[in-house]
Amino acid sequence: MRRIGTVIQRDLRLAWRHGSDSLTVVAFFVLTVTLFPFGLGPESNLLERTSAGILWVTALLASMLSLDRLFLADYEDGSLELLALTPTPLELLVIGKVVAHWLTTALPLMAAAPLLALLLHLPADGLVTLMVTLLLGTPTLSLIGAMGAALVLGARRGGVLLSLLVLPLAVPVLIFAVGAVDAAVQGLPSRGDLLILGGLLLAALPLAPLATVAGLRQAVQ
Amino acid sequence: MHSVPPIFLFRAERLACRRGGRLVFQGLDFELPEGGALLLLGPNGSGKSSLLRLLAGLLPADDGAVWWGEQRLSADREAHAGRLHYVGHQDGIKAALTAGENLLFWARLHDPAVTGVAPALAAFALTALADLPAKFLSAGQRRRLALARVLAAAAPLWLLDEPSVGLDRDGVARLESVIAEHRRLGGIVLLSTHTDLVLPDAQVLRLDDCAPRHALTPERWA
Repeated sequence: MRRIGTVIQRDLRLAWRHGSDSLTVVAFFVLTVTLFPFGLGPESNLLERTSAGILWVTALLASMLSLDRLFLADYEDGSLELLALTPTPLELLVIGKVVAHWLTTALPLMAAAPLLALLLHLPADGLVTLMVTLLLGTPTLSLIGAMGAALVLGARRGGVLLSLLVLPLAVPVLIFAVGAVDAAVQGLPSRGDLLILGGLLLAALPLAPLATVAGLRQAVQ
Repeated sequence: MHSVPPIFLFRAERLACRRGGRLVFQGLDFELPEGGALLLLGPNGSGKSSLLRLLAGLLPADDGAVWWGEQRLSADREAHAGRLHYVGHQDGIKAALTAGENLLFWARLHDPAVTGVAPALAAFALTALADLPAKFLSAGQRRRLALARVLAAAAPLWLLDEPSVGLDRDGVARLESVIAEHRRLGGIVLLSTHTDLVLPDAQVLRLDDCAPRHALTPERWA
Protein backbone atom coordinates (compact mmCIF):
# COMPACT_ATOMS: atom_id res chain seq x y z
CA MET A 1 0.00 0.00 0.00
CA ARG A 2 2.82 2.39 0.84
CA ARG A 3 4.29 1.70 -2.57
CA ILE A 4 1.02 2.78 -4.23
CA GLY A 5 1.28 5.93 -2.14
CA THR A 6 4.83 6.44 -3.41
CA VAL A 7 3.62 6.29 -7.02
CA ILE A 8 0.69 8.65 -6.36
CA GLN A 9 2.97 11.10 -4.60
CA ARG A 10 5.47 11.11 -7.45
CA ASP A 11 2.81 11.58 -10.13
CA LEU A 12 1.11 14.37 -8.20
CA ARG A 13 4.44 16.11 -7.75
CA LEU A 14 5.21 15.76 -11.46
CA ALA A 15 1.76 17.06 -12.40
CA TRP A 16 2.19 19.99 -10.02
CA ARG A 17 5.58 20.93 -11.47
CA HIS A 18 4.44 20.54 -15.08
CA GLY A 19 1.08 22.11 -14.37
CA SER A 20 -0.06 22.52 -17.93
CA ASP A 21 -1.68 19.10 -18.40
CA SER A 22 -4.39 19.57 -15.78
CA LEU A 23 -4.96 23.15 -16.84
CA THR A 24 -5.46 22.12 -20.46
CA VAL A 25 -8.13 19.64 -19.45
CA VAL A 26 -10.09 22.12 -17.33
CA ALA A 27 -9.68 24.91 -19.88
CA PHE A 28 -11.02 22.64 -22.64
CA PHE A 29 -13.96 21.64 -20.45
CA VAL A 30 -14.88 25.21 -19.50
CA LEU A 31 -14.40 26.68 -22.98
CA THR A 32 -16.34 23.97 -24.80
CA VAL A 33 -19.27 24.07 -22.38
CA THR A 34 -19.42 27.88 -22.63
CA LEU A 35 -19.70 27.59 -26.40
CA PHE A 36 -22.95 25.64 -26.23
CA PRO A 37 -25.21 28.53 -25.11
CA PHE A 38 -23.83 30.51 -28.06
CA GLY A 39 -24.45 27.66 -30.48
CA LEU A 40 -27.89 26.65 -29.19
CA GLY A 41 -29.18 30.09 -28.36
CA PRO A 42 -30.03 31.40 -24.92
CA GLU A 43 -33.40 29.63 -24.71
CA SER A 44 -33.35 28.29 -21.19
CA ASN A 45 -35.75 25.38 -21.85
CA LEU A 46 -33.48 23.89 -24.46
CA LEU A 47 -30.35 24.34 -22.33
CA GLU A 48 -32.08 22.88 -19.34
CA ARG A 49 -33.00 19.71 -21.22
CA THR A 50 -29.58 19.24 -22.80
CA SER A 51 -27.32 20.43 -19.98
CA ALA A 52 -26.63 17.00 -18.46
CA GLY A 53 -25.68 15.59 -21.84
CA ILE A 54 -23.53 18.59 -22.72
CA LEU A 55 -21.66 18.47 -19.43
CA TRP A 56 -21.06 14.75 -19.57
CA VAL A 57 -20.03 14.53 -23.23
CA THR A 58 -17.64 17.44 -22.75
CA ALA A 59 -16.22 15.95 -19.56
CA LEU A 60 -15.69 12.68 -21.41
CA LEU A 61 -13.85 14.38 -24.27
CA ALA A 62 -11.80 16.47 -21.85
CA SER A 63 -10.69 13.39 -19.96
CA MET A 64 -9.51 11.90 -23.29
CA LEU A 65 -7.09 14.81 -23.74
CA SER A 66 -4.59 13.87 -21.10
CA LEU A 67 -4.91 10.11 -21.39
CA ASP A 68 -2.16 9.51 -23.92
CA ARG A 69 0.33 11.08 -21.50
CA LEU A 70 -0.60 8.62 -18.76
CA PHE A 71 2.10 6.04 -19.57
CA LEU A 72 3.86 7.70 -22.50
CA ALA A 73 6.36 9.76 -20.48
CA ASP A 74 7.26 6.74 -18.35
CA TYR A 75 7.57 4.61 -21.48
CA GLU A 76 9.88 7.05 -23.21
CA ASP A 77 12.31 7.64 -20.36
CA GLY A 78 12.58 3.99 -19.31
CA SER A 79 10.64 4.41 -16.05
CA LEU A 80 8.04 1.93 -17.23
CA GLU A 81 10.43 -1.02 -17.41
CA LEU A 82 11.72 -0.13 -13.95
CA LEU A 83 8.14 0.02 -12.64
CA ALA A 84 7.67 -3.45 -14.11
CA LEU A 85 10.73 -4.60 -12.14
CA THR A 86 9.63 -3.88 -8.58
CA PRO A 87 8.53 -6.40 -5.97
CA THR A 88 5.04 -4.83 -6.01
CA PRO A 89 2.55 -6.27 -8.50
CA LEU A 90 2.42 -3.89 -11.47
CA GLU A 91 -1.40 -3.90 -11.21
CA LEU A 92 -1.19 -2.01 -7.91
CA LEU A 93 1.25 0.55 -9.29
CA VAL A 94 -1.12 1.04 -12.24
CA ILE A 95 -3.94 1.74 -9.80
CA GLY A 96 -1.66 4.30 -8.15
CA LYS A 97 -1.04 6.00 -11.48
CA VAL A 98 -4.76 5.98 -12.29
CA VAL A 99 -5.59 7.52 -8.91
CA ALA A 100 -3.02 10.27 -9.50
CA HIS A 101 -4.43 10.83 -12.99
CA TRP A 102 -7.95 11.06 -11.61
CA LEU A 103 -6.87 13.52 -8.90
CA THR A 104 -5.11 15.78 -11.38
CA THR A 105 -7.70 15.74 -14.20
CA ALA A 106 -11.14 14.60 -13.05
CA LEU A 107 -11.11 16.42 -9.74
CA PRO A 108 -10.53 19.85 -11.34
CA LEU A 109 -13.37 18.99 -13.78
CA MET A 110 -15.66 18.30 -10.86
CA ALA A 111 -14.66 21.58 -9.27
CA ALA A 112 -15.61 23.45 -12.44
CA ALA A 113 -18.83 21.50 -13.06
CA PRO A 114 -21.22 23.31 -10.62
CA LEU A 115 -20.45 26.70 -12.15
CA LEU A 116 -20.97 25.39 -15.67
CA ALA A 117 -24.16 23.65 -14.61
CA LEU A 118 -25.44 27.01 -13.43
CA LEU A 119 -24.49 28.52 -16.76
CA LEU A 120 -26.57 25.86 -18.54
CA HIS A 121 -29.59 26.31 -16.28
CA LEU A 122 -29.35 22.87 -14.79
CA PRO A 123 -32.00 22.79 -12.01
CA ALA A 124 -30.72 22.49 -8.48
CA ASP A 125 -32.23 18.97 -8.12
CA GLY A 126 -30.03 17.83 -10.96
CA LEU A 127 -26.86 19.40 -9.64
CA VAL A 128 -26.39 17.05 -6.70
CA THR A 129 -27.05 14.04 -8.91
CA LEU A 130 -24.66 15.42 -11.52
CA MET A 131 -21.89 15.61 -8.94
CA VAL A 132 -22.63 12.07 -7.77
CA THR A 133 -22.51 10.76 -11.34
CA LEU A 134 -19.20 12.53 -11.91
CA LEU A 135 -17.85 11.07 -8.69
CA LEU A 136 -18.87 7.54 -9.70
CA GLY A 137 -18.29 7.84 -13.44
CA THR A 138 -14.95 9.61 -13.86
CA PRO A 139 -12.90 6.97 -12.00
CA THR A 140 -14.36 4.38 -14.39
CA LEU A 141 -13.33 6.58 -17.32
CA SER A 142 -9.80 6.87 -15.93
CA LEU A 143 -9.58 3.09 -15.49
CA ILE A 144 -10.88 2.36 -18.99
CA GLY A 145 -8.62 5.07 -20.37
CA ALA A 146 -5.55 3.55 -18.72
CA MET A 147 -6.34 0.31 -20.53
CA GLY A 148 -6.41 2.11 -23.87
CA ALA A 149 -3.31 4.16 -23.05
CA ALA A 150 -1.35 0.99 -22.31
CA LEU A 151 -2.50 -0.67 -25.53
CA VAL A 152 -1.46 2.18 -27.83
CA LEU A 153 2.01 2.65 -26.28
CA GLY A 154 4.59 2.68 -29.02
CA ALA A 155 2.03 3.20 -31.77
CA ARG A 156 2.31 6.26 -33.96
CA ARG A 157 -0.64 8.64 -33.74
CA GLY A 158 -1.55 6.90 -30.51
CA GLY A 159 -3.93 9.68 -29.47
CA VAL A 160 -6.40 9.07 -32.29
CA LEU A 161 -6.24 5.32 -31.85
CA LEU A 162 -6.76 5.79 -28.14
CA SER A 163 -10.03 7.69 -28.65
CA LEU A 164 -11.27 5.02 -31.06
CA LEU A 165 -10.54 2.34 -28.50
CA VAL A 166 -11.80 4.07 -25.40
CA LEU A 167 -14.85 6.08 -26.44
CA PRO A 168 -17.04 3.06 -27.28
CA LEU A 169 -16.21 1.55 -23.89
CA ALA A 170 -17.16 4.80 -22.19
CA VAL A 171 -20.64 4.88 -23.73
CA PRO A 172 -22.36 2.91 -20.92
CA VAL A 173 -20.99 5.35 -18.34
CA LEU A 174 -22.33 8.23 -20.42
CA ILE A 175 -25.78 6.68 -20.83
CA PHE A 176 -26.36 5.93 -17.18
CA ALA A 177 -24.82 9.16 -15.91
CA VAL A 178 -26.98 11.33 -18.14
CA GLY A 179 -29.97 9.09 -17.40
CA ALA A 180 -29.52 9.64 -13.68
CA VAL A 181 -29.30 13.42 -13.99
CA ASP A 182 -32.34 13.57 -16.32
CA ALA A 183 -34.37 11.47 -13.93
CA ALA A 184 -33.44 13.73 -11.02
CA VAL A 185 -34.38 16.84 -13.00
CA GLN A 186 -37.80 15.35 -13.77
CA GLY A 187 -38.34 14.41 -10.15
CA LEU A 188 -37.99 10.67 -10.78
CA PRO A 189 -35.77 8.37 -8.71
CA SER A 190 -32.25 8.12 -10.13
CA ARG A 191 -31.11 5.41 -7.76
CA GLY A 192 -31.12 2.64 -10.36
CA ASP A 193 -28.86 4.54 -12.75
CA LEU A 194 -26.49 5.50 -9.95
CA LEU A 195 -26.27 1.89 -8.80
CA ILE A 196 -25.38 0.80 -12.31
CA LEU A 197 -22.70 3.50 -12.46
CA GLY A 198 -21.30 2.20 -9.18
CA GLY A 199 -21.44 -1.32 -10.55
CA LEU A 200 -19.48 -0.27 -13.63
CA LEU A 201 -16.82 1.23 -11.36
CA LEU A 202 -16.64 -1.92 -9.27
CA ALA A 203 -16.25 -4.02 -12.40
CA ALA A 204 -13.60 -1.75 -13.91
CA LEU A 205 -11.55 -1.54 -10.71
CA PRO A 206 -10.17 -5.09 -10.83
CA LEU A 207 -10.53 -5.79 -14.57
CA ALA A 208 -9.06 -2.68 -16.17
CA PRO A 209 -5.70 -2.85 -14.29
CA LEU A 210 -5.28 -6.48 -15.42
CA ALA A 211 -5.75 -5.50 -19.06
CA THR A 212 -3.57 -2.43 -18.58
CA VAL A 213 -0.71 -4.49 -17.19
CA ALA A 214 -0.97 -6.95 -20.08
CA GLY A 215 -0.59 -4.01 -22.46
CA LEU A 216 2.31 -2.50 -20.51
CA ARG A 217 4.22 -5.79 -20.35
CA GLN A 218 3.83 -6.10 -24.09
CA ALA A 219 5.16 -2.56 -24.52
CA VAL A 220 8.33 -3.05 -22.46
CA GLN A 221 9.39 -6.28 -24.15
CA MET B 1 16.87 -34.18 5.81
CA HIS B 2 19.81 -31.93 5.00
CA SER B 3 19.77 -30.99 1.38
CA VAL B 4 23.03 -29.81 -0.08
CA PRO B 5 22.78 -26.07 -0.75
CA PRO B 6 23.21 -25.29 -4.41
CA ILE B 7 26.72 -24.13 -5.20
CA PHE B 8 25.53 -21.97 -8.04
CA LEU B 9 23.03 -19.33 -7.03
CA PHE B 10 22.08 -17.93 -10.41
CA ARG B 11 22.16 -20.08 -13.51
CA ALA B 12 20.69 -20.37 -16.96
CA GLU B 13 20.23 -23.47 -19.09
CA ARG B 14 19.96 -23.63 -22.87
CA LEU B 15 18.55 -20.10 -23.09
CA ALA B 16 17.30 -18.95 -26.43
CA CYS B 17 15.94 -15.56 -27.34
CA ARG B 18 13.92 -14.48 -30.35
CA ARG B 19 13.43 -10.84 -31.31
CA GLY B 20 11.12 -9.86 -34.13
CA GLY B 21 11.01 -13.45 -35.38
CA ARG B 22 14.82 -13.66 -35.58
CA LEU B 23 16.71 -16.02 -33.31
CA VAL B 24 19.28 -13.84 -31.50
CA PHE B 25 21.07 -16.51 -29.47
CA GLN B 26 20.49 -20.09 -28.47
CA GLY B 27 21.97 -22.76 -26.23
CA LEU B 28 23.27 -20.18 -23.77
CA ASP B 29 24.36 -21.49 -20.37
CA PHE B 30 26.01 -19.94 -17.36
CA GLU B 31 26.37 -20.66 -13.66
CA LEU B 32 27.27 -18.00 -11.12
CA PRO B 33 28.12 -18.60 -7.44
CA GLU B 34 27.66 -16.03 -4.69
CA GLY B 35 29.92 -13.10 -5.38
CA GLY B 36 30.20 -14.10 -9.02
CA ALA B 37 30.42 -11.75 -11.96
CA LEU B 38 29.65 -12.38 -15.61
CA LEU B 39 30.96 -10.13 -18.32
CA LEU B 40 28.90 -10.18 -21.51
CA LEU B 41 30.90 -9.50 -24.65
CA GLY B 42 29.89 -9.50 -28.27
CA PRO B 43 29.37 -7.24 -31.26
CA ASN B 44 26.35 -4.96 -31.61
CA GLY B 45 23.17 -6.93 -32.07
CA SER B 46 24.57 -10.12 -30.57
CA GLY B 47 21.91 -10.03 -27.85
CA LYS B 48 23.67 -8.61 -24.78
CA SER B 49 20.82 -6.26 -23.93
CA SER B 50 18.22 -8.89 -24.80
CA LEU B 51 19.92 -11.36 -22.47
CA LEU B 52 19.93 -8.87 -19.58
CA ARG B 53 16.27 -7.99 -20.19
CA LEU B 54 15.42 -11.67 -20.36
CA LEU B 55 17.22 -12.32 -17.06
CA ALA B 56 15.36 -9.41 -15.50
CA GLY B 57 12.05 -10.96 -16.54
CA LEU B 58 11.08 -8.25 -19.01
CA LEU B 59 11.39 -10.57 -22.00
CA PRO B 60 10.09 -14.11 -22.22
CA ALA B 61 12.70 -16.74 -23.13
CA ASP B 62 12.13 -18.60 -26.37
CA ASP B 63 13.62 -21.72 -24.82
CA GLY B 64 15.49 -22.79 -21.71
CA ALA B 65 15.21 -21.74 -18.10
CA VAL B 66 16.72 -19.37 -15.56
CA TRP B 67 17.15 -20.45 -11.95
CA TRP B 68 17.74 -18.50 -8.76
CA GLY B 69 18.74 -21.15 -6.26
CA GLU B 70 15.96 -23.71 -6.52
CA GLN B 71 13.37 -21.31 -7.90
CA ARG B 72 12.63 -20.81 -11.55
CA LEU B 73 12.50 -17.20 -12.66
CA SER B 74 9.14 -17.62 -14.37
CA ALA B 75 7.57 -19.04 -11.20
CA ASP B 76 7.31 -15.75 -9.32
CA ARG B 77 7.92 -12.58 -11.26
CA GLU B 78 7.57 -10.17 -8.32
CA ALA B 79 9.91 -12.17 -6.07
CA HIS B 80 12.53 -12.10 -8.82
CA ALA B 81 12.03 -8.37 -9.39
CA GLY B 82 12.55 -7.84 -5.65
CA ARG B 83 16.01 -9.36 -5.71
CA LEU B 84 17.39 -7.57 -8.73
CA HIS B 85 18.39 -4.16 -9.96
CA TYR B 86 18.37 -3.49 -13.68
CA VAL B 87 20.14 -0.52 -15.24
CA GLY B 88 19.37 -0.27 -18.92
CA HIS B 89 20.13 2.23 -21.65
CA GLN B 90 17.33 4.53 -20.54
CA ASP B 91 17.84 5.88 -17.08
CA GLY B 92 14.24 6.41 -15.89
CA ILE B 93 15.02 9.91 -14.57
CA LYS B 94 12.28 12.55 -14.39
CA ALA B 95 13.59 15.96 -15.37
CA ALA B 96 11.12 17.78 -13.11
CA LEU B 97 12.22 15.96 -9.95
CA THR B 98 15.48 16.60 -8.13
CA ALA B 99 18.23 14.00 -8.22
CA GLY B 100 17.45 13.04 -4.64
CA GLU B 101 13.71 12.71 -5.28
CA ASN B 102 14.35 10.53 -8.33
CA LEU B 103 16.54 8.19 -6.35
CA LEU B 104 14.25 8.11 -3.33
CA PHE B 105 11.28 7.16 -5.51
CA TRP B 106 12.93 4.08 -6.99
CA ALA B 107 14.43 3.09 -3.67
CA ARG B 108 11.04 3.32 -1.93
CA LEU B 109 9.42 1.11 -4.53
CA HIS B 110 11.93 -1.58 -3.66
CA ASP B 111 11.91 -1.00 0.07
CA PRO B 112 9.41 1.45 1.62
CA ALA B 113 11.60 1.88 4.71
CA VAL B 114 14.70 2.67 2.68
CA THR B 115 17.61 4.51 4.30
CA GLY B 116 20.35 4.06 1.73
CA VAL B 117 19.70 7.10 -0.44
CA ALA B 118 22.32 9.43 1.04
CA PRO B 119 25.12 6.84 1.02
CA ALA B 120 24.20 5.89 -2.56
CA LEU B 121 24.43 9.52 -3.67
CA ALA B 122 27.76 9.84 -1.87
CA ALA B 123 29.15 6.69 -3.49
CA PHE B 124 28.69 8.24 -6.92
CA ALA B 125 29.75 11.77 -5.84
CA LEU B 126 26.23 13.19 -6.30
CA THR B 127 25.63 14.54 -2.79
CA ALA B 128 26.15 18.15 -3.85
CA LEU B 129 23.62 17.70 -6.68
CA ALA B 130 20.88 16.05 -4.59
CA ASP B 131 18.60 19.10 -4.60
CA LEU B 132 19.18 20.03 -8.22
CA PRO B 133 16.36 19.31 -10.68
CA ALA B 134 17.49 16.41 -12.84
CA LYS B 135 17.07 18.39 -16.05
CA PHE B 136 20.29 20.25 -15.16
CA LEU B 137 22.33 17.05 -14.86
CA SER B 138 24.85 16.19 -17.56
CA ALA B 139 24.70 12.85 -19.37
CA GLY B 140 27.42 11.42 -17.14
CA GLN B 141 25.72 12.67 -13.98
CA ARG B 142 22.43 11.13 -15.10
CA ARG B 143 24.28 7.86 -15.60
CA ARG B 144 25.70 8.08 -12.09
CA LEU B 145 22.23 8.76 -10.73
CA ALA B 146 20.84 5.72 -12.57
CA LEU B 147 23.66 3.60 -11.16
CA ALA B 148 23.10 4.96 -7.64
CA ARG B 149 19.72 3.12 -7.71
CA VAL B 150 21.51 -0.21 -7.26
CA LEU B 151 22.98 0.98 -3.97
CA ALA B 152 20.00 2.87 -2.54
CA ALA B 153 17.96 -0.29 -1.91
CA ALA B 154 19.79 -3.57 -1.41
CA ALA B 155 19.31 -6.38 -3.92
CA PRO B 156 21.62 -9.34 -4.51
CA LEU B 157 21.46 -9.43 -8.31
CA TRP B 158 22.63 -6.54 -10.50
CA LEU B 159 21.99 -6.53 -14.23
CA LEU B 160 23.89 -3.64 -15.79
CA ASP B 161 23.63 -2.89 -19.48
CA GLU B 162 26.74 -0.98 -20.55
CA PRO B 163 26.95 0.83 -17.21
CA SER B 164 30.16 2.69 -18.06
CA VAL B 165 28.75 4.57 -21.07
CA GLY B 166 29.13 8.30 -20.48
CA LEU B 167 31.11 7.92 -17.26
CA ASP B 168 34.42 9.72 -16.76
CA ARG B 169 37.47 7.98 -15.33
CA ASP B 170 36.45 8.80 -11.77
CA GLY B 171 32.95 7.45 -12.43
CA VAL B 172 34.33 4.19 -13.82
CA ALA B 173 36.60 3.81 -10.80
CA ARG B 174 33.65 4.39 -8.45
CA LEU B 175 31.56 1.87 -10.36
CA GLU B 176 34.35 -0.70 -10.12
CA SER B 177 34.74 -0.25 -6.38
CA VAL B 178 30.95 -0.39 -5.84
CA ILE B 179 30.79 -3.64 -7.82
CA ALA B 180 33.76 -5.08 -5.93
CA GLU B 181 32.09 -4.30 -2.59
CA HIS B 182 28.80 -5.82 -3.77
CA ARG B 183 30.60 -9.02 -4.77
CA ARG B 184 32.51 -9.14 -1.51
CA LEU B 185 29.15 -9.24 0.28
CA GLY B 186 28.02 -12.15 -1.89
CA GLY B 187 26.13 -10.23 -4.57
CA ILE B 188 26.08 -11.21 -8.21
CA VAL B 189 26.75 -8.88 -11.15
CA LEU B 190 26.08 -9.41 -14.83
CA LEU B 191 27.15 -6.63 -17.10
CA SER B 192 27.79 -5.89 -20.72
CA THR B 193 30.47 -3.45 -21.75
CA HIS B 194 32.60 -2.26 -24.61
CA THR B 195 35.16 -0.51 -22.41
CA ASP B 196 37.67 -2.06 -20.08
CA LEU B 197 36.04 -2.44 -16.72
CA VAL B 198 38.22 -4.18 -14.17
CA LEU B 199 36.29 -7.13 -12.75
CA PRO B 200 38.69 -9.47 -10.91
CA ASP B 201 38.13 -13.12 -11.86
CA ALA B 202 34.89 -12.51 -13.68
CA GLN B 203 33.53 -15.15 -16.00
CA VAL B 204 33.30 -14.05 -19.60
CA LEU B 205 30.44 -14.96 -21.90
CA ARG B 206 30.87 -14.30 -25.59
CA LEU B 207 27.44 -13.86 -27.12
CA ASP B 208 28.73 -14.53 -30.66
CA ASP B 209 29.55 -18.09 -29.54
CA CYS B 210 25.84 -18.56 -28.91
CA ALA B 211 24.69 -17.10 -32.22
CA PRO B 212 22.35 -19.46 -34.08
CA ARG B 213 24.34 -21.70 -36.39
CA HIS B 214 22.49 -20.81 -39.56
CA ALA B 215 23.52 -17.20 -39.10
CA LEU B 216 27.20 -18.15 -39.12
CA THR B 217 27.17 -20.48 -42.08
CA PRO B 218 24.94 -19.13 -44.79
CA GLU B 219 25.45 -20.44 -48.31
CA ARG B 220 27.25 -17.32 -49.42
CA TRP B 221 30.26 -18.16 -47.27
CA ALA B 222 30.54 -21.62 -48.79
